[in-house]
Amino acid sequence: MADTPENKPFEPVIIGFTCNWCSYRAADMAGTARMKYAPNVRLTRLMCSGRLDPTFVFKAFAGGADGVLVSGCHPGDCHYINQNYKAMRRFHLMKRVLVQMGIEPGRLKLLWASAAEGAIFAREINKFVEEVRALGPLHWNTNHGSQIADHVLLSVVNGQPSDEMEVKA
Amino acid sequence: MSKPKFAMYWAASCGGCEIAVLNIHEKILDVDANFEVVFWPVAMDAKYKDVEEMEDDSITLCLFNGGMRNDENEHVAKLLRRKSRIMVAFGSCACEGCIPGLGNFSNINQILDTAFTTNSTDNPQNLRPKTSYDVPEGTLTIPTMNPMLKTLDQVVDVDYYMPGCPPESHQIAAVVELVIAALQGTAQLPPKGATIGAGNSTVCDECTRKRNVKQIKEFTRIQFVTPDPEICLLEQGIPCNGIATRSGCNARCPSVGAQCIGCYGPAEGVVDYGARMISAFASVIDSEKPEEIDQILDGLVDPAGQFYRFNLAGSLLRGGRSNGS
Amino acid sequence: MDKKEENEKIGVYVCHCGTNIAGVVNVGEVSTWAAENLKGQGVVISRDYKFMCSSLGQELIQNDIKEYGLTRVVVAACSPHLHEKTFRNACKGAGLNPYLCELVSIREQDSWVHTDKVAATEKAKAILSGGVSRVVYHESLEPLHVPIHPATLVVGGGIAGIQAALEIADAGFPVYLVEREPSIGGHMAQFDKTFPTLDCSACILTPKMVDAGNHPNITLLTYSEIEKVDGYVGSFAVTIRKRARSVVEKDCTGCGICWEKCPKKVVDDVFEAGMGERKAIYVPFPQAVPKYPVIDRVNCTYYIKGTCKACEKFCPTNAIDFAQEDEVMTVEVGNVILATGWDLFDARRILQYGYGRLPNVFTSLEFERMSNAAGPTGGSIVMRDGKTTPKVVGIVHCVGSRDKNYNEYCSSICCMQSLKFAHLVAERTGAEVYNFYIDIRTPAKGYEEFYHRLLDEGTHFVRGKVAEINDATRLPSEEGKLVIQVEDTLTGNQLRVPVDMAILSAGLEPRHDSKELAKLFGISCSADGWLIERHPKLDPIATMTDGIYIAGCVQGPKDIPTSVAQGAAAAARILGKIQQKEIALEPIRATIHEEQCSGCRICNNLCPFNAILFHEDRMVSEVNPALCQGCGTCVAGCPAGAISGTGFSNEQILSQINGLLLLNIPKKEAVKA
Repeated sequence: MADTPENKPFEPVIIGFTCNWCSYRAADMAGTARMKYAPNVRLTRLMCSGRLDPTFVFKAFAGGADGVLVSGCHPGDCHYINQNYKAMRRFHLMKRVLVQMGIEPGRLKLLWASAAEGAIFAREINKFVEEVRALGPLHWNTNHGSQIADHVLLSVVNGQPSDEMEVKA
Repeated sequence: MSKPKFAMYWAASCGGCEIAVLNIHEKILDVDANFEVVFWPVAMDAKYKDVEEMEDDSITLCLFNGGMRNDENEHVAKLLRRKSRIMVAFGSCACEGCIPGLGNFSNINQILDTAFTTNSTDNPQNLRPKTSYDVPEGTLTIPTMNPMLKTLDQVVDVDYYMPGCPPESHQIAAVVELVIAALQGTAQLPPKGATIGAGNSTVCDECTRKRNVKQIKEFTRIQFVTPDPEICLLEQGIPCNGIATRSGCNARCPSVGAQCIGCYGPAEGVVDYGARMISAFASVIDSEKPEEIDQILDGLVDPAGQFYRFNLAGSLLRGGRSNGS
Repeated sequence: MDKKEENEKIGVYVCHCGTNIAGVVNVGEVSTWAAENLKGQGVVISRDYKFMCSSLGQELIQNDIKEYGLTRVVVAACSPHLHEKTFRNACKGAGLNPYLCELVSIREQDSWVHTDKVAATEKAKAILSGGVSRVVYHESLEPLHVPIHPATLVVGGGIAGIQAALEIADAGFPVYLVEREPSIGGHMAQFDKTFPTLDCSACILTPKMVDAGNHPNITLLTYSEIEKVDGYVGSFAVTIRKRARSVVEKDCTGCGICWEKCPKKVVDDVFEAGMGERKAIYVPFPQAVPKYPVIDRVNCTYYIKGTCKACEKFCPTNAIDFAQEDEVMTVEVGNVILATGWDLFDARRILQYGYGRLPNVFTSLEFERMSNAAGPTGGSIVMRDGKTTPKVVGIVHCVGSRDKNYNEYCSSICCMQSLKFAHLVAERTGAEVYNFYIDIRTPAKGYEEFYHRLLDEGTHFVRGKVAEINDATRLPSEEGKLVIQVEDTLTGNQLRVPVDMAILSAGLEPRHDSKELAKLFGISCSADGWLIERHPKLDPIATMTDGIYIAGCVQGPKDIPTSVAQGAAAAARILGKIQQKEIALEPIRATIHEEQCSGCRICNNLCPFNAILFHEDRMVSEVNPALCQGCGTCVAGCPAGAISGTGFSNEQILSQINGLLLLNIPKKEAVKA
């Protein structure tokens, strides 16, 4: 893993946040049923998706994750009554900010999975891993600002990069 | 007996912090009475060479403002750190990047493009600065820009943080008094790493507006409404950052009907100010329908700008350290 | 990075789980890797073992705790949902606070779901590293102890609620039994016979109702509703509105003269399912408990016109009080059982079945009342005209159940109920009976035998979902009849079955106000409206809110024996708690640090358990630890970072993320280069 030979496909690292009651149990269930899925996701258990602090997601991206999965109980089925709705609101706002920060929206996924939906959990993880694989490594240390949405820049950029420009990389 | 030595420096900053120090009125005389000012480019003439020749730890108090935009900023920061006993990250720029730190939304190419080739710039030959240039007399240099603006503590060890854009004068006066008292042995300095000249809670603590349980169906921009003078601005849908911003300013903006924009930075122990804002603003949205949530969020025109105006360089994702560690 | 790690001694234990883990993950490599690479995080010993959960495995940990003075333990094995308690108890046994032990899953989340051994081993290292980084920030925690008030509130006086109340009262503890209707008894009191034994419903229910009514430990509050619930497990304060009966209970003897003399007749939509009438002053049925009548103020002539007062005139004990007001009381209880039962699916919603339009289409509850000897027809099974005995009867199963257009779930009791109906029709009228079913579901004791009995009795069974019931006749033989249109899916034939009477075996639905009930008590409801149990298999009685239990159909459709069992089970759970006098709560709780709280009130609408209180005087919010369920939503929501959550603190999670990504950094560099 420390060396990724050129000919091997890029293996993304994804941090997953699951709630204790539904999605973590869905992962348990996928395990019990011996369903196979890609080994790229590493799970963190929270009590509820409502516990998901955007700081955790930012930390994961900043720490080298190529994608982040957030999962919880289906809306209406939360073990804490309706906290996953609160998680959903945060997710929507967080995603907007991440895009402005230059992170492709495809690197962040929200998945509702009940404790019975091990198969869906496994299938969606496979899908997500492929989506992130297609996006490539996040290259956090080198891509400063390169993918920032244009509307963040208040001025219109109309010049070509000049040969004369020299800056320390 | 010689007086304790005082220094103040500006790196990537606007100069407002210097004005704020002068704005402490007659207390400035106490500064003069108690300190020997050895280095303060905005107020007196001095050369880096003079500082380099000082003994290490010979400056008692250094108020350092401004972020680390280029190698000159970093050089002086390291120099002053070596020479100073108490290094204070003074003002929002030094603490968390502030407005110059917004450059971290862009890469250097984009910044230089904006500076040298946009319509407002008369530069028909599309010229760009070079950091070094050989002339017959030798090599001329200008400072080299950092890829990301860093905060002071991302470059040197910092003893205290004093937030604010700029820090409030009454807070500066109080800190000056405290340091003087500590030097005279009548008071004790807080533990290293502490935030001084500010409160431990957030702006709401000092805000006198009435507040209720918050439920919002719409975010609006302050220029489009006449806010009720009594009620919490956020409850009126005006995106006020006071909830997450460190107290200490006496709720200066909300008290005159303007939303807090967050210049005092995050409260104690907060890892990422913007993350706190995301959580808090999302928490007050009164909807469980994804489409409606999106519609309400459209009222926040530039969320990243709203949440990171002052501390992008201190953030996890666009911080000066940039790898989040 | 921190001094914190330097002071810790962490033991790491990697389980083989036979070949369950070791077959895919190189367990030895993971263990060695942790010993070498996680030293900086405080790991002093790392071992692997065949079965960590075995007593030998646990002893291994316990010996190390003693020998090496371990301050934290990380076990990499199965899911924490399986063995977290096991390993925590093992640590406790060796004198280490159980919450300083972290179990990370490398089985369900790794070896069982991956086939690539190298990748699975690397993932196991990452997972373990996450656990080690996290455990450093664990705190010693003690369970919260709260005293238990010995009284219990039972909401709903159907068979489940009655059973629960009796069990607790018989054990010597006080019970408040609250019922919305004027009498307890619930749906079971409406039935004539109960399947599969066909014993008389009233004969087995009435003694229990009387017991509940007379029990010295049961305070019966009928015609009453819950208004407000405050407090938490051990000490709930419940506000109950006892609606005005307009009858003074202490004076009333239940002699019945008042309802005999009352001149106002009202169609009884509740107990008689619209099949019969009652008076404006009434008891729902003769065996009602309590025996006191109620004046239905909406229909009583006195309340409408200001005159009449017949009941008052004739009452021998002057028990009528037209000016009586609702009584609002607050009772203290330690635990609550919700047993509010079910509503009948409204068969009108299925237009093509014609209920409400075609007179001789009946619902199951209507049929129950009709077949009841004490019911409106005296037990005669007759058509809507009240006199004609049907010659052919069709019983339609799964009305509103197992149907994506209405309710997807199976109402569980309708098959047996329909078989019972078929038997009663045949027995009492000699009519020919058709059952139209999708599947016959008779899984409980004696049920399948009952089905065979019906087959032997000559009842027709047609396997097919009824498409339509109408009175548009095509053939002379259909004249004057209802025609049931159905495809017999066993033969593939389209059938038109002419019948005199159709009975719709309508499904069970959650009470129309179950969502409000759930909100009142701070528990959750499924999308259908059934209350959600703590665990669908292992804890079907408790809910996510400590001290709130559910029994009977409020949790989902079920038959009488199961409802009774649940009522008794809920009572047993509560009795256990009462006997202990106090309860230990999981110490996963949120705390607001007052000096950092600015009183911004962002968190105030985040708690569905009403655990967050705002103090106007001090302008700070506070979490009531006994009400807090530990979800952490407020912790994540506080803009000032003033709320911390034990067990899942920011430091723990952020450091776990760091740990999970530890292996990742060299890879990133490689890709970049």
